[in-house]
Amino acid sequence: MTTTARSVLELRKLQISLPKGADRPHALEALDLTIKAGEIVCLVGESGSGKSLCAGAIMGLLPEPHVRVTGGAIRFMGEELRGKSEAQMRALRGADISMIFQEPMTALNPQKTVGWQIDEVLRLHAKMTKTERKARAIEMLERVHIPDPPSAYNAYPHQVSGGQRQRVMIAMSLVLSPKLIIADEPTTALDVTTQLQILKLIRELQDEEGAGVLFITHDFGVVAEIADKVAVLCRGELVESGTTDAVLNHPQHPYTKALIGAVPALTPPPVKAASTAPVVLKGTGLKKTFAARGGLLSGKRKAVTAVKDLSFELRQGETLGVVGESGSGKTTVSRIVTRLLECDQGSVELDGTDLLAASPKELRALRQHIQMVFQDPMASLNPRKRVVDLIAQGPIVHGANPQKAREQAKKLLELVELSPAAANRFPHEFSGGQRQRIGIARALAMEPKVIVADEPVSALDVSVQAQVLKLLVDLRDRLNLSLLFVTHDLRVAAQLCDRIIVMQKGEIVESGLTAEVFANPQHPYTQNLLSSIPGRDWTPPSLQPDAA
Amino acid sequence: MTLADAQIAPPEPPRHVMFWRRYKRNRAAVLGLVLFAVVVLMALSAGVIDPGDPLRRAGEPLTPPFVNWQTPLGTDQLGRDVMSGVFYGARISLLIGVVATLVAIVIGVVIGALAGYFGGWVDDLLMRITEAFQTIPNFVLLLALVAIMGSKIEWITLAIGIVSWTAPARMVRAEFMSLRGREFVDAARNLGVSNTSIIFREILPNALPPIVVYASVIMALSILMESALAFLALGDPNYASWGNMIGQGRAVLRSAPYCAVIPGIAIIFTVLSFSLLGEGLNDALNPRQKK
Repeated sequence: MTTTARSVLELRKLQISLPKGADRPHALEALDLTIKAGEIVCLVGESGSGKSLCAGAIMGLLPEPHVRVTGGAIRFMGEELRGKSEAQMRALRGADISMIFQEPMTALNPQKTVGWQIDEVLRLHAKMTKTERKARAIEMLERVHIPDPPSAYNAYPHQVSGGQRQRVMIAMSLVLSPKLIIADEPTTALDVTTQLQILKLIRELQDEEGAGVLFITHDFGVVAEIADKVAVLCRGELVESGTTDAVLNHPQHPYTKALIGAVPALTPPPVKAASTAPVVLKGTGLKKTFAARGGLLSGKRKAVTAVKDLSFELRQGETLGVVGESGSGKTTVSRIVTRLLECDQGSVELDGTDLLAASPKELRALRQHIQMVFQDPMASLNPRKRVVDLIAQGPIVHGANPQKAREQAKKLLELVELSPAAANRFPHEFSGGQRQRIGIARALAMEPKVIVADEPVSALDVSVQAQVLKLLVDLRDRLNLSLLFVTHDLRVAAQLCDRIIVMQKGEIVESGLTAEVFANPQHPYTQNLLSSIPGRDWTPPSLQPDAA
Repeated sequence: MTLADAQIAPPEPPRHVMFWRRYKRNRAAVLGLVLFAVVVLMALSAGVIDPGDPLRRAGEPLTPPFVNWQTPLGTDQLGRDVMSGVFYGARISLLIGVVATLVAIVIGVVIGALAGYFGGWVDDLLMRITEAFQTIPNFVLLLALVAIMGSKIEWITLAIGIVSWTAPARMVRAEFMSLRGREFVDAARNLGVSNTSIIFREILPNALPPIVVYASVIMALSILMESALAFLALGDPNYASWGNMIGQGRAVLRSAPYCAVIPGIAIIFTVLSFSLLGEGLNDALNPRQKK
């Protein structure tokens, strides 16, 4: 060791093989990576790049024998991990190497209290008495800033919030002061404000403990927020690595350039003059409560108000963004407006006709004017139908000639930049981005006046996301569409929306032109939301789009 | 570089090719298919290989098997040819198996689909009816129905269908309940598709695989139920059925066990073939369940 800090983890020419029939023979190919004590190394890549398998290989938790390490070395504190017995690995796991998972709800055992689960780690690895263990667990809960640690100690995982569960996971993984922490997308399932708190917490605790952290993520904003060093994976190959500043601001490899180029910038496009086009969709005084159905013995549960007194206007050719964190009621809005959910009060006027008061028959006719693009492109396409039938279904239901509707569907495929050869395939044969294109084509087939898009790109990788967004913008401008765009991602909202509504707990807290809201947020909640965007101080360098 | 999003993966082989590839991975299922083919062949060739009425006297009563090549599997106490009975019995068993299963599945799918899709009071009402049927033991209900309707083969088949629809109904209901919340159903509703179309064209095809698998179980059970009825001498006496043969062979079980054993073996292999078939279908239709 020549440098001052000891290297905690060294990967040398690590190779992981995939089973036959996978898209490539090796999940990871000759991966070199070094993590020193007190350093956070971010491993970045799109889905399928092999980043999670890398974590599995270090922990010795690969789904063998289908997927296994076939070459290279994994050295932990100078010691080779490959070839260690299961018992030896068990002693290392938890005590010296620990892991923070993506989804704290599934990573914690719902049957046991938080305290019991932290206690278990100590019971297995440390020789401590019962009282010592409890004191240590409560101390750890305090260090991860959980309010009222003694009561959290006795709580079950479902009784604490998502962010707090992740804190509990972090407390569990740090309780034995491990030398290496592997964090596999630890903040992906969390809201932005919680995400920022968790990132700060990881940074803070890591400073105190001096552990090395391998932080796996797909989000360049998070990288900018937390990393000391970055390694970029593309289909199992390390294409670029270096300090955060070097990789984020001066990327060398074309793949990295393309990835960073795809990150939407936070600065909204210049302010367009407020549109004076006619209003196509107008919601007034919308209200929706979900009556929770109580169990036989538990009695009636309190009804939850998802949306209260919401009003908005969407003008022809305009994009209105609805942003907010989970539970803010933004998805409920998209379902009420399309009347997939019945609303308790209020009206939604589509070109002057009240959609919510329409009879079932009128409603079916009205539906062709308001179409929806769904969040999950896998779930929203019927897996048993061919693409051409999926797209042509709407027009056929509304009385179009089936033959002509299918011809039209093939043209729409071209419009969303898919080859007409796709027409006779089934949805599962396409990638996520391609499926979302099919979803868009289906919405366009009805030639609607309004398209409601519910988080249409949040299930997609960043590069694909950029392409789908570009397509949406392109189509919107060409066909003069009006979009109601629901999203949690403020970067996406900044790029796409002319005006935005910020929602919190079912209410609008702020609304206005996107550029103005971003530049000068008035409501404290909006301010908090905007200041929590990971990597908000980093502006992706403008790179030539021809990089790919 | 994986950034290009516009190219499409090469086409997959057609569905039935994929299906057969997955199916044949399970060796036991292939055996089931072979057994099933044998039973079907027996049923088809009953009139060709062994012409004549299986209820007609063919030789000396109680001839043991492999003695007289006129009656290779022997004769029963009335001198009827056992082999011919087994071949003609295959027809009856398959007929009952297929028709009773169809009846059960149709009733089950309709009731389960309505209950699962609409929920609320429709679900409550239909499920209470289902439970009423489930509280009576299947076979007791079957006996009661046969006692009321008489033991003609058509009524027996219908009665077997009526006692076996409850399990598929519950299964379909569960499938529908999970599928109706999926986004593709919302997408169809958003296109203005009617409820009937959503139920039968959108959801049902997605709910079918487990039902098809379960159908093989019902088929096996119906054959057993018919045999049990015939064994109790409640079957249709105008047809040679395996259950009838076992029932009559019971009288000479000590002196000539083959009279009951041979049709018994036929039942075992047929039921086995259906259950192996079902397992193979399960592997082929729900590939994600394994591995």
